[in-house]
Amino acid sequence: MIKYLILIAVVILLMSLLGGLYRFFKGPSLVDKVVAFDSITVNSLVLIGVMALLTGRAIYFDVAIVYGLLSFLGVIVVARYIQGGL
Amino acid sequence: MSPDIFKEGFRMEIIQYLGGALLIMGSLSLLIASIGLIRMPDVYNRVQTGTKASTLGAILSFLGIGLLSIENWSESNWIGRVIILIIFIIITNPVSSHILMRAAYVMKIPFTKDTKVDKLKEDIDNKVLEEPKDE
Repeated sequence: MIKYLILIAVVILLMSLLGGLYRFFKGPSLVDKVVAFDSITVNSLVLIGVMALLTGRAIYFDVAIVYGLLSFLGVIVVARYIQGGL
Repeated sequence: MSPDIFKEGFRMEIIQYLGGALLIMGSLSLLIASIGLIRMPDVYNRVQTGTKASTLGAILSFLGIGLLSIENWSESNWIGRVIILIIFIIITNPVSSHILMRAAYVMKIPFTKDTKVDKLKEDIDNKVLEEPKDE
């Protein structure tokens, strides 16, 4: 029963990943694409957490922490580039 | 009150169902954020929905994951990593939303025609704040 709950959550997460991908490829301006990238990253963090839960290995949380850190850095760099600081 | 409640495995199962409910609530919040990302008319509205709702969804989902994995709590500092991840998301997500909104304002991306109030422009006109610009 708990496995079915996790399966439903994974299906919902994949659907929201598709929404982020739509905005990433269509978005009219650069900021739209960066926001879509941020949303995709948060979805992927939760998916990695579910994967750590299913396999029972805690090392995936370290992967999620490093991935979130790199994504945050990427967003900051792109926003700084738009403002003309780089 | 049946005596089943006082057994260890039964209590663990109740906590796991609670965690599954939290995980599904969090992923529904992420889905709502994604729908808002598709349907909102403006860059500023998209930044708003795309980061606020996804922050709430990520926090709820990681709380659910932490409760679902109660069998693993004794090994390799499991719950500590989940708490570190939640604190990290709470800190970084609003910061990136704020700096993206500011970048969009500097790029002079137009509002939708339904926008009535622009407090930053009023403050710039009243000489309270300086205009954010290229450096």
